[in-house]
Amino acid sequence: MDKEVISLADDKNKEQAERERLSRRRFIKNSGYAVGGLAVGGVLGGVIPWDTDEKKTNPQTKNNKTTNFTHALMNFSQNEFKMVEAASERIFPKDENGPGAKELGVAYYIDHQLAGSYGLNARDYMQPPFFHGEKVQGYQGRLRRKEIFRIALKEMQNYSQKKYKKSFANLSAEEQDAILTDFAEDKVNLMTVSPSGFFDLLRSMTLEGVYSDPLYSGNKDMDGWRMRNFPGNQMSYSDIITGDFKEIPPKSLREHM
Amino acid sequence: MAKKMPKTDVVVVGVGWGGGIIASELTKQGLNVVGLERGQERHTEDYYMVHDELRYAVRYELMQDLSKETLSFRSNEKMRALPMRQYGSFLMGSGLGGAGVHWNGQTFRFLPYDFNIKSATIERYGKNKIPAGMTIQDWGITYDEIEPYYDKFEKMAGISGEENPLGGKRSDKYPTKPMKHSEQMKMFKKATENLKYHPYTVPSANLSEAYENPDGIKRSACQYCGFCERFGCEYGAKADPVVTVIPVANKTGKFDLRTHSWVRKVLHNGDKATGVLYTDVTTGEEIEQPADVVVLTSYVFNNARLLLNSKVGRPYDPSTGKGVIGKNYAYQVVKGAATGYFDDQKFNNFAGAGALGMVIDDFNGDNFDHSDLDFIHGGYLSLTQTGQRPIQNNPIPSDSPTWGKEFKQNSLKYINKTLSVGAMGASMPFQHHYLDLDPTYKDTFGDPIVRMTFDFEEQDRKLAKFTAKKASGILKEMGADKIDAMEELGPYNITTYQSTHNTGGVIMGADSETSAVNNYLQMWDMENLFVVGASAFPHNGGYNPTDTVGALAYRAAEGIMKYSKNGGMLA
Ligand SMILES: Cc1cc2nc3c(=O)[nH]c(=O)nc-3n(C[C@H](O)[C@H](O)[C@H](O)COP(=O)(O)OP(=O)(O)OC[C@H]3O[C@@H](n4cnc5c(N)ncnc54)[C@H](O)[C@@H]3O)c2cc1C
Ligand code: SF4
Repeated sequence: MDKEVISLADDKNKEQAERERLSRRRFIKNSGYAVGGLAVGGVLGGVIPWDTDEKKTNPQTKNNKTTNFTHALMNFSQNEFKMVEAASERIFPKDENGPGAKELGVAYYIDHQLAGSYGLNARDYMQPPFFHGEKVQGYQGRLRRKEIFRIALKEMQNYSQKKYKKSFANLSAEEQDAILTDFAEDKVNLMTVSPSGFFDLLRSMTLEGVYSDPLYSGNKDMDGWRMRNFPGNQMSYSDIITGDFKEIPPKSLREHM
Repeated sequence: MAKKMPKTDVVVVGVGWGGGIIASELTKQGLNVVGLERGQERHTEDYYMVHDELRYAVRYELMQDLSKETLSFRSNEKMRALPMRQYGSFLMGSGLGGAGVHWNGQTFRFLPYDFNIKSATIERYGKNKIPAGMTIQDWGITYDEIEPYYDKFEKMAGISGEENPLGGKRSDKYPTKPMKHSEQMKMFKKATENLKYHPYTVPSANLSEAYENPDGIKRSACQYCGFCERFGCEYGAKADPVVTVIPVANKTGKFDLRTHSWVRKVLHNGDKATGVLYTDVTTGEEIEQPADVVVLTSYVFNNARLLLNSKVGRPYDPSTGKGVIGKNYAYQVVKGAATGYFDDQKFNNFAGAGALGMVIDDFNGDNFDHSDLDFIHGGYLSLTQTGQRPIQNNPIPSDSPTWGKEFKQNSLKYINKTLSVGAMGASMPFQHHYLDLDPTYKDTFGDPIVRMTFDFEEQDRKLAKFTAKKASGILKEMGADKIDAMEELGPYNITTYQSTHNTGGVIMGADSETSAVNNYLQMWDMENLFVVGASAFPHNGGYNPTDTVGALAYRAAEGIMKYSKNGGMLA
């Protein structure tokens, strides 16, 4: 399929999705649930679909597309998820080049990774004793990535409440940037985790979620790759290796099944 | 009590390039070989899902599991050594084929100068050129002596290349033609020719054309798929032990390969090795494998560690410079590089092969005059096109932010408009750089891990600055609109990837006082024990190591054959 065909199809999908989104909104309003400025807590808050991708992909109405069942949480609470979604979007924002971390599903990617072996540092050396090391010696903590996220997100929420009296996900983009910058530059005073260490982890996982094969729940529709003309998983470049730059529509590992 | 297996002629510890070559050569000539490999078995079919940057390049699927074994590191003896808890600076292989499965395949010979570095330096510049504490020595073998073994390795692997105009003399040409030349490579070639340097195509173990080797192994040509370094090759195009030497050994019926077998000690009686003790990692059972000859091919770190844990050989003492096991650990200086940004050009940076590139040797070894320079040796400068995968490659000008809107824009803009010229700087040994056993940290079986004491020296800082400047000069000639080059090398840092070109620890030489093995890689202190790998390098040259590792393995195999017939010291 060439590029134009793809983008036409995309536009169609978008129209459809927008229609569905509106009708869902109506449903929520009509059913009388308090939305808008009011905080919706507990399970109820969770079941109300906001801007998530699920509602764009209703299996009954969608042309050929099925629900992305991987867009649910294995690790984060819904609040944590919202923070990660907001923070990763600031690291890799939507712009005229294309979608940002949020649309690409990066927060789901991070959630799923933290739930698995990476989140548990399964292949890292985690034996004691633990000592504070020099920078050149690398990470020497006893916390696993999953725990670092849990603690650091809580600290980020506290910091955000302290500084702006609002939760992180509800801050303006500028305010979120300010908080992330304070973490990145170790301007926040934390006892248990390194603020910059957390930020670096968040940044690298954001890029992973943007650019890894869509099999991991990020890089939605390979749009992360498309933005930078990365063709993903191709069998051969023998024909183009000696030639000028060539744009090639991406393929995912799915095609190997 | 450990279970005892029947005695074999030869036991090989670790089955990567070193172990695979020893096994194929010896079994072809009739010896019975047991190969013990701590990791799993592997086949080409395992790589049909290999174009996955996250799983293989970022999460290190094919590399050693650090939760079971790592090493500790300190910059100097005053610092507390701490374990390398996560990967960074280098990536240790594990499983059948070792790091040979996920290497790039850049297959360089060392220069004639490397083999007699000490005498050549003194002869040309005088004794004072070698700074205090720099423990370089001649290798106990000359380039001419090692040349036939290079030739053998290159023909076995089917190396694709063209002659290095400034390299040592070759007895024969490369078995396959050079790799294709991309636009980037053509630009590098033209620029370096304009500068009166001597460019040539990087010698490559990614086959440029279909090839049958002298052992009758047939392989197909490289597809330039861009998933090569850190990945296995799904075509079998990249030479690796699993598709070259191991099948040859298997075919003889004399190779008993046991994966999941973790060797913990060399057993010995008096001055003879009697076999090895290993643990079957699937059952936890301890097993003794007696053998007439023991060959360690378990990479630099474990070669040294096994000797120290087994109390074989004389441990190195950095305060006196005496002893040999652990001596002359060396590495590489690869940060002296530059990146150019091209406003009006776009390249297929996503395509490539592990060993696709152009290179010059004008500033390597002693190919240039060092009289007015305060370092010795040098390194090659190259432009390689290994396939820029998107998670790990986000080139942005040095003054631009690393996250947010501007970061995104720059990284998208420059990804296919950026070219780098890299340097593979040689690494000289120093008296206070060495390997020994860590007093605190243990592996999964409770055996001490290796402790590395290493930092960059003045020599390295000068060399890196020098190569960075030359790299910038080449990019300028190539027409880059903006160039970022390394300015200061900084301290050695174990967290950023540099190269898996660790060397030393069980070094070779002509003198049993100052080296651990002779030029057949036979231990001076234990004649039926051979230690094969880059652990034998007394220093690290300005090249990737594996051609030299392979050549020395062929040399060792010849030595083991001789030894099994006649016994005694071979050199
Ligand atoms: C990403 C990457 C890219 C590289 N690119 C290049 C390149 O382009 N050019 C080049 O020249 N070199 C390159 N190298 C280096 C190259 O891979 C090594 O030089 C080479 O593979 C070393 O071979 P070896 O047999 O000595 O060791 P290894 O390949 O490390 O094999 C050692 C084996 O021993 C096993 N082992 C270790 N300890 C034990 C034990 N106690 N019991 C049982 N088994 C054990 C290991 O599991 C392993 O399989 C690269 C390396 C990496 C990681
Ligand atoms: S680049 Fe070539 S040698 Fe490397 S993995 Fe791809 S096909 Fe194999």
